[in-house]
Amino acid sequence: MSALRIAVCVKRVPAPGSRINVTPDGQSVDATNLGFTTSPHEECAVEAAVQLVELHGGSATVVTLGPVEAEEQLRYAASVGVERALLVSAGDGLNWDPQRTATALASAIASVEARDGVFDVILFGNESADSGGFQVGIRVARALGRPVVNGAKGIEVGDDVITMRRPIDAGFEVYELPRPCVIGVKEGINLPRYPTMKGRLASKKVAVEVIEGLDQPGGQARVRLHRPEEKASSTIILGNGPEAASAVVDLFAELGVLT
Amino acid sequence: MSVLVIIEHDRGAIASGSLEALTAARTLSSDVIAAVCGGNDAVATACAGYGATEVVDLVHPFLHDYAPQAWGEAVAQLVTARQPDAVIACGTDRGNEVLAHVSVSLDVATVANVLRIDASSAGVWALTRVQWGGSLLEDVTLDAPTKLLTVAHHAYDMVPSEVAEYRTTFTPSLEGSLGSTMVRDRVVREAGVTLTTARVVVGGGRGVGSPEGFAPLEELASLLGGVVGCSRAVTNNGWRNHTDQVGQTGTRIAPDIYLACGISGAIQHWVGAMASKNILAINTDRDANMVTRADYAVIGDLHKVIPAISEEIRRRRG
Ligand SMILES: Cc1cc2nc3c(=O)[nH]c(=O)nc-3n(C[C@H](O)[C@H](O)[C@H](O)COP(=O)(O)OP(=O)(O)OC[C@H]3O[C@@H](n4cnc5c(N)ncnc54)[C@H](O)[C@@H]3O)c2cc1C
Ligand SMILES: Nc1ncnc2c1ncn2[C@@H]1O[C@H](COP(=O)(O)O)[C@@H](O)[C@H]1O
Repeated sequence: MSALRIAVCVKRVPAPGSRINVTPDGQSVDATNLGFTTSPHEECAVEAAVQLVELHGGSATVVTLGPVEAEEQLRYAASVGVERALLVSAGDGLNWDPQRTATALASAIASVEARDGVFDVILFGNESADSGGFQVGIRVARALGRPVVNGAKGIEVGDDVITMRRPIDAGFEVYELPRPCVIGVKEGINLPRYPTMKGRLASKKVAVEVIEGLDQPGGQARVRLHRPEEKASSTIILGNGPEAASAVVDLFAELGVLT
Repeated sequence: MSVLVIIEHDRGAIASGSLEALTAARTLSSDVIAAVCGGNDAVATACAGYGATEVVDLVHPFLHDYAPQAWGEAVAQLVTARQPDAVIACGTDRGNEVLAHVSVSLDVATVANVLRIDASSAGVWALTRVQWGGSLLEDVTLDAPTKLLTVAHHAYDMVPSEVAEYRTTFTPSLEGSLGSTMVRDRVVREAGVTLTTARVVVGGGRGVGSPEGFAPLEELASLLGGVVGCSRAVTNNGWRNHTDQVGQTGTRIAPDIYLACGISGAIQHWVGAMASKNILAINTDRDANMVTRADYAVIGDLHKVIPAISEEIRRRRG
């Protein structure tokens, strides 16, 4: 089997703690004092890309559409073993609608493929952590004319077909996709490695290619973000330490779960 | 106005989400078309039972089993033929996936996981949708000749509304390549009590400290006929399998009681647990988010509290 060419798309998102605050204009998450990350699904997609290259040879490219700061997420992927990085630059790219995002990603990927060759597999997260539109990967796949299935919790690359597993209520489904194809990955497919010191140093040297994002807004437009209503909670403290056990079991009895 | 609803079923077993989608469609129009790929009599009857004035069976060899791309293209062709004002599915993995394909085939937008629909202005609809798995909401406008959206699972109660069954068929024309995304095989495992069905979930977080630390949680769960869940800190450390993870990128649970032990209550964990009828937090930190948002709490070391609870249950049972 020839060496694999894999691309993996990740989105820079803020990493909120116990609550998500919104900026006064309602247009974005207030990221003051917050770090940034990607969706766990995408972390697993990056790990899957690195593992496939370790197994079959070839190379992996991480792609993001976003502001220049999204280089941080590209370098993180590089620190765990991805060799190439592509930033599709978009001024306020974190808030682009799904069609706009997918059009720009597909056109940037197509231009890289025209120069370097087709990606055998392009990996996406099942859904982005913040906007969760469940569609950017599908849109990019269709723009590139490739088959796509979401929800992967297992990927095996063969000479002609790529076998993929997707969990259902009791067990899993198996799909067989031709190469090249696009797959949406779910957390749990693997356990992402942490960057090593060596990996972190190497990631600083990875060249980040920048392509200006094609800007074509779609039909979904943000009006405002807001927090859902919270039910006012007053916690009943049943006690401190092991002495609380009796009160806890009384509660179980009251709720009828002590059968 | 007419609304087309994409019916989700697995080889003839209709998904409850589709009944929610039919209910949502009825709030917009009394003219509701149910589009069924590879269905059967039982699916058609269920659709009529939830107000579908017409059930269209889409018939093609690629639609005999689930095949996201073929389902999407087939529904898109039906939409082109029938010109409904809107297309709705339930926001499940399959519903979101198929509707995304429909939207690409029709070259329009699609909005995922909607909670509220304002269709008072025909040209541009105003929607409220889920972000961050439900921790945040987004008001959006949807500007498209045909409005495509999924309703978030459980956002609409399923309400029956019997109408006379009227069934038609539609035969799409599907290119050979569209068969490639069809399910090839299924591996079925013994189901038993799972995180989604359990009445009691005993969840452990970083505070449990190690894989072995879960033994007392397992014991308590089995005394209560429940199952063990965990936080992402736990799966990330490799202490437990991701199938046990509760939260935005794990499983959403709704037990009678959730015991959250050594879990701080980050928003992404909370959204997976908040549908629990009762939450009991066990934590050393009185100010942890899990404690302040829970219904009940025990302040203390879980390694001492949990065995004491199991002991008390055994004592009472004699
Ligand atoms: C996009 C995104 C998606 C995510 N999805 C999920 C998800 O699906 N599920 C999920 O869980 N997380 C998710 N996370 C991660 C989440 O933000 C938190 O990092 C994670 O939930 C923290 O796990 P924890 O509460 O176990 O650990 P910590 O936050 O470290 O909390 C440990 C708690 O244990 C308590 N403790 C310590 N020792 C003891 C003891 N001996 N007895 C009692 N209490 C003790 C501490 O007081 C503390 O409250 C996601 C994050 C992002 C960015
Ligand atoms: N701005 C972006 N840059 C790169 N990839 C993205 C971007 N937005 C979304 N994606 C990818 O598309 C997947 C699905 O996103 P969504 O349709 O927003 O749920 C994500 O998990 C990412 O893999």
